Amino acid sequence: MKNWPLWEVFVRSKNGLEHRHCGSLHASDATMALENARDVYTRRMEGVSIWVVPSKEITASNPDDSAELFDPAKDKAYRHPTFYELPEELKHM
Amino acid sequence: MSEIEMKELEAIFDQKIANDEKIEPKDWMPEKYRKTHIRQISQHAHSEIVGMLPEGNWITRAPSLRRKVALLAKVQDEAGHGLYLYSACETLGVTREELYEQLHSGEAKYSSIFNYPTVTWADMGAIGWLVDGAAIINQVPLTATSFGPYARAMVRVCKEESFHQRQGFEIMMTLASGTQEQKDMAQDALNRWWWPSLMMLGPTDAESVHTEQSMKWKLKRKTNDELRQQFIDQTVPQAELIGLTIPDPNLKWNEETKRYDFGALDWDEFWQVVKGHGPCNKARMDARKNAWSKGEWVRDAAMAYAEKQELKLETA
Ligand SMILES: [Fe+2]
Ligand SMILES: [Fe+2]
Repeated sequence: MKNWPLWEVFVRSKNGLEHRHCGSLHASDATMALENARDVYTRRMEGVSIWVVPSKEITASNPDDSAELFDPAKDKAYRHPTFYELPEELKHM
Repeated sequence: MSEIEMKELEAIFDQKIANDEKIEPKDWMPEKYRKTHIRQISQHAHSEIVGMLPEGNWITRAPSLRRKVALLAKVQDEAGHGLYLYSACETLGVTREELYEQLHSGEAKYSSIFNYPTVTWADMGAIGWLVDGAAIINQVPLTATSFGPYARAMVRVCKEESFHQRQGFEIMMTLASGTQEQKDMAQDALNRWWWPSLMMLGPTDAESVHTEQSMKWKLKRKTNDELRQQFIDQTVPQAELIGLTIPDPNLKWNEETKRYDFGALDWDEFWQVVKGHGPCNKARMDARKNAWSKGEWVRDAAMAYAEKQELKLETA
């Protein structure tokens, strides 16, 4: 019969921090995916909140397009504070 | 792709690894890299899963509640390790079902140490202390390996392993300071597990086929013989501390090299077990195959239920 689909697991380690991807697992539905994620990824208080997302729902950028996507940011030094020349005397800016 | 283009891609790839950059699943990689990683990561996963069987044997018979919860947690961790590793492996484009199939058909190997029986409670001590101890030595360098998902899985695994070794050592220490009968039981377990644990670190360098390539891809940092020496040097004083004797008449501290010299390993036995003729190979495989085939109706029922719920949601 049909195999259990793959889910991606995201865990918030404590309030104030974002959910972070920590791995994947197989489960027949979302409820089971959450339960399995609890057992597989948070056996030692690693989390206070879990998201599970069907892996097939994730659209990922292709590494082949990396240059096109990310290189344009490389020559935009003016987006960083260190680009601007300010007088020595000026502190705390 | 032309051969020259391929060579160029490979050169960029090798350089990336040499610079300590990680390779992620969707990045271009040589076919051999993919295949080698599927093989190594899946065999690692299979070892974690099959490795639950010898210890699972004693959970119901643990001598106290304290020992029972510890052993149960340890075995549950091994299940977790197997799952982290299977999912890291699947990012390379192989399915979980294919991986199980390779294990069940005997095409994929798992660590041959798990083909030895666990005949007394002291074996739980010896396994945690020696087998997990040797596993830690194998695994720590892999936290810096080149394939991102494998390295990340190994970071989690290594964080969890140290409790495994400590609980095992504590069992041995307790038995070794008990009655004569208990002490004998501990010594007997050490006698049986010592040599197989040394073999866990892999064939001698002269016989190891993958070493050079594995070093380049950071699947290995030290050779098998170096790891074995490290394991012996760290374990001998631990045995002395609890009054147990390493079962090797040729074991001797070498003042010059500042290491222990040790006796020859019985590699014939090792290859016999690898080839399937160990005491428990068949029992281990039967247990895995049964779990998979007898669990089929449960997997199907869960899937059927999920599909029904989905349908209800759509029509509601
Ligand atoms: Fe493990
Ligand atoms: Fe372990």
